Amino acid sequence: MAAVFVADANLNLASVKISVFSWVFGFNGLCVVYQFTQQNLPACKPILSPAWVVEVVYRYDVECVPVLYRSNKLAYIKDNSIPKNCSKSLKIPKHMKAPIYIYYQLDNYYQNHRRYVKSRSDQQLLHGLQHHDISSCAPEDFSHGLPVVPCGLVAWSLFNDTYSFFRGIDEMKVDRKNIAWKSDRDHKFGKQVYPFNFQNGTLSGGAHLDPNIPLSDQEDLIVWMRTSALPTFRKLYGRIEEDLDADDIIKVKLLNNYNTYSFSGSKKLVLSTSSWLGGHNNFLGMAYISIGTSFIFVAFVFMLIHVKNPR
Amino acid sequence: MSGPTGRRKQKLKWSKLYTFSCLRPTTDESAPTESSWAAGIFRVVFCNESQLHKSKPHKYPNNYVSTTKYNLITFLPRALFEQFRRVANLYFLLAAVLSVTPLAAFNPVSVIAPLVFVVGLSMLKEAIEDWHRFLQDRNVNSRRVKVHVGNGLFVQKSWKSLGGRHCQTVGSALYTKSGNSKMWYLRLHDDTDNLFDPEDPMSSGFLQFVRALVLYGYLIPISLYVSIELVKVLQAMLINKDLAIKCSIEGISYGGEVTEVDLAASRRMNIDVERYRYSLDGSDSTGRSIEMFDLSTADGSTEKDVLGFHQGSEDTKTGNSRISSSQKETTVKGFNFRDNRLMDKMWIYRSNVSDMIMFRVMALCHTGIPVEENRGNKLTYEAESPEEVAFLIAAQEFGFKFCQRTQSTMVLQELDPSGLEVKREYKLLNLLEFNSSRKRMSVIISNEDGEIFLLCKGADELADNGRTYQQATVMHLSMYAEDGLRTMVFAYKKIGLPEYENWSSVFKKAKATIGPEREELLENASEMIEKELLLLGAVAVEDKLQKGVPECIDKLAQAGLKIWLLTGDKKETAVNIGFACSLLRHDMKQLHLCLRKESPSNQQIKDVKEEILCQLQSYNQLITEEDREGDPFALVVDGKALEVSLSYDVRNHFLSVAMRCDVVICCRVSPKQKALITRTVKEHSGKTVLAIGDGANDVGMIQEADIGVGISGMEGMQAVMASDFSLPQFRFLERLLIVHGHWCYKRISKMILYFVYKNIAFGLTLFYYNIFTGFSGQDLYDDWYMVMFNVLLTSLPVISLGVLEQDVSSDVCLKFPALYQEGQRTFASAGSESSVGFLMESWLP
Repeated sequence: MAAVFVADANLNLASVKISVFSWVFGFNGLCVVYQFTQQNLPACKPILSPAWVVEVVYRYDVECVPVLYRSNKLAYIKDNSIPKNCSKSLKIPKHMKAPIYIYYQLDNYYQNHRRYVKSRSDQQLLHGLQHHDISSCAPEDFSHGLPVVPCGLVAWSLFNDTYSFFRGIDEMKVDRKNIAWKSDRDHKFGKQVYPFNFQNGTLSGGAHLDPNIPLSDQEDLIVWMRTSALPTFRKLYGRIEEDLDADDIIKVKLLNNYNTYSFSGSKKLVLSTSSWLGGHNNFLGMAYISIGTSFIFVAFVFMLIHVKNPR
Repeated sequence: MSGPTGRRKQKLKWSKLYTFSCLRPTTDESAPTESSWAAGIFRVVFCNESQLHKSKPHKYPNNYVSTTKYNLITFLPRALFEQFRRVANLYFLLAAVLSVTPLAAFNPVSVIAPLVFVVGLSMLKEAIEDWHRFLQDRNVNSRRVKVHVGNGLFVQKSWKSLGGRHCQTVGSALYTKSGNSKMWYLRLHDDTDNLFDPEDPMSSGFLQFVRALVLYGYLIPISLYVSIELVKVLQAMLINKDLAIKCSIEGISYGGEVTEVDLAASRRMNIDVERYRYSLDGSDSTGRSIEMFDLSTADGSTEKDVLGFHQGSEDTKTGNSRISSSQKETTVKGFNFRDNRLMDKMWIYRSNVSDMIMFRVMALCHTGIPVEENRGNKLTYEAESPEEVAFLIAAQEFGFKFCQRTQSTMVLQELDPSGLEVKREYKLLNLLEFNSSRKRMSVIISNEDGEIFLLCKGADELADNGRTYQQATVMHLSMYAEDGLRTMVFAYKKIGLPEYENWSSVFKKAKATIGPEREELLENASEMIEKELLLLGAVAVEDKLQKGVPECIDKLAQAGLKIWLLTGDKKETAVNIGFACSLLRHDMKQLHLCLRKESPSNQQIKDVKEEILCQLQSYNQLITEEDREGDPFALVVDGKALEVSLSYDVRNHFLSVAMRCDVVICCRVSPKQKALITRTVKEHSGKTVLAIGDGANDVGMIQEADIGVGISGMEGMQAVMASDFSLPQFRFLERLLIVHGHWCYKRISKMILYFVYKNIAFGLTLFYYNIFTGFSGQDLYDDWYMVMFNVLLTSLPVISLGVLEQDVSSDVCLKFPALYQEGQRTFASAGSESSVGFLMESWLP
């Protein structure tokens, strides 16, 4: 059988190509002998289709401010009496396969600022009140004589916009568990530490926490406490565990609580699928192409120089 | 004049900068200059009255030799001081101090740990080296010596317990050397981000500055020193290995001992090989091994009292024999003379007494002593100068074996004209030592019959005594001198007893005087008796250059080194040697700096200085005028002129002329002057100076130079012990400099650039990151990663580049010695390269 195969390869260059590049399955011995002329060698050619990552980015921080307050967004966000409900629709451009990750993206938010970054106490997050030295947390360190748990600016400024998603009238299930790193949950945030006096001060920076849930289960907090490296960042909010089809209209009901208006930061909601390479990222491609082009250009210049003034 | 000096000062400052040390101790550099050169230090020593040395005014430290730099107590403070004298270490110390304050950018440990590591490693290295020195000292100190305790009794004692001179030879100036590198100045953003206190922009700005100082400390490579030191050690190993291999291929023994010395010393400064510009040559470094012995004696003279050269065919034959002899195989080292009329006892058939006396003079008029017989019945000798050894060996070959010397007698085993060997004892009555104004030495002996002879050997002037043969001798002498041979004339006279006794009393009186006039009296006395001598003959000694010396010097000159030849020889000889080793070429303009007057006394010193200054000025003008023509200049300085030139106020003028010449030859240089010249050239030019020599008289020079190279030749190990490198032969200098010097320079400079590059690449990421954190001073990496980055993670590639890089192969280096000049224009090229690199890398990450 193999001899036949080789003969075939010798006879026809095109089939050689196929035999090299295609995945040849086992030869079916029952085939009729006309294969030389028929060119019906069983083969399959895999088509490499890029595993598309579909991403929907929706900026809502301006649109969710009522027209009335557009000129003074700060007054709107600071006024607790105004309801912060906001309902928007999203169109899904392409089929999205579950799991679909929900992120919130903040811009111009310097979570990497040194004084912000160090305003926390990792020991307190793990040991709670047993740990006393929380000097690094100032000014968000004590309330009514007791250490704030969790203390510090990072925790205090916990993000508190919430999202819920509807397809038609059905609310979609959003999985908000397992969004934080397992190691953080197990080893960095105490299982016995409860945020009993969090956000009790006069100035509330962000979300409140359920005092009955230990820090190790406060996954939003855990995600938030892993401060971002750059001033534009995304943080995981949850996962949608069902596929979304192309041209689906998704209705997002959100509570626009978080104040990014005081520093003119933007807020975006991101729905994204993921591949083994991670999420959607233009940077590497752009970097490769731009550096590659510039090198070609430099090489050309040097070649000209060399031709003109050989050493 | 102010122009060049100003520039020179600037240069000096630059050179200070790249040695990297601040707080240079001033005492080390300047203190020894005047005090030790002047004859200011003297001690009163009582012989055989050691009890006098136990009380205060004459109590001196004991003989314990210590070359160590530290002891147990001083080690920590002194070593720390040495470490933190380096600017970078000081800077990192500052950073470490700041890191424990609230201003800290990093975890304090991550700043302190590498500093401790780096400083600790350097100190450990110091400690180990010092320990080796200590062991060496202990060896020396526990040496057993015989001590005279009185009445001819000797007692074994260890060296250190002796009273005497105490020497502390290690100056820390030697240790301030470090690799060259660049300083990076941080450009700090003057960020007025109201970080600390919006009300007080001044202080918060300052605090920002301090923070940034700590944060961007990564721009300065902390482990650079350690890496450079490590690289130096490895490079030294490679160099030694390479030279050793070269030597073994060519069948030269390269003793393990030498290698060891070599290694230990070179650890200190092999880095400097690549940077020197001026090379000082010890006179003997050109490899004096007298192998050819050239002799012309009178033959068949008719007059009994006048002996000299025989004119005619025979002398040309003698000349021929000389030339052909050099090609013949010789079994006796130091003797390379073949003439059938003289060799193998043939001279006895020539019925010529003068031959015999001539050989006798050779065997008697010297200061040498025979040493243990080592092969057959031939003796070997030790003497003040290699010439004397050569004469003694020659005399032995002719049948006049000098066997024994006591205080007052010399024993010769002579070949009698009858063909028998006779032992004769001569009484040594007086020895008139060589001095430079008489230029001869004599002995007065009486033979077994009581006849008194004065035997004299000396410079060419002695030939004036020859009568019939004077002309011929002078002609021959000039012929020999032109060939670059060292000439010597022998003469003798018979003295009557009364005459001798007369003179002897005068001489004794002169000898007994103490004080400055003693020399003069002795000289006068000697002059008195050294009159009316009879010319015996002339001898020429070839100061044979070692193999490959001219080629080597030629290459070095091509490599742009300025070469100084410092020699004890007289001017004519020095010039001839200069030509022989291709130091001087015929297209060179020779400038001679010399004095017309002999021996300046105190009143004349001013005139002498004037004279020298005048000459220097005219030369300076000459050089300026003819500079355009491109003819190289050579400056030849004789002994007297040199002495004046090195005096304090003439020195600068002398050096500024000397620096403009390609070759400088100094004649009649004493060992002290060699060292002094080295020092002044080093200080004046600010360049690196390499000294190479093989004799004990080169030791001072070798120690004084930035790089000392000793040739482990015939003249003992002193030079090698004092050197940083030892070479078996002069010509290996070529490889050492042109190949290894070039490589080492390239390696170290590339390595430093690479080091700086990687640190800047790393530090800049921190900087760029801060653009995204509002310049708050947040760090990007984990503390421990930062600790490891320099010390561990990225050290190997840099070090391997520093050790193994070869930009061109050794063959290419040797073929194009001009490549070496690259290393001399160091700063400019390295600077531009690095700035280009800096620009490149600042946008690349």
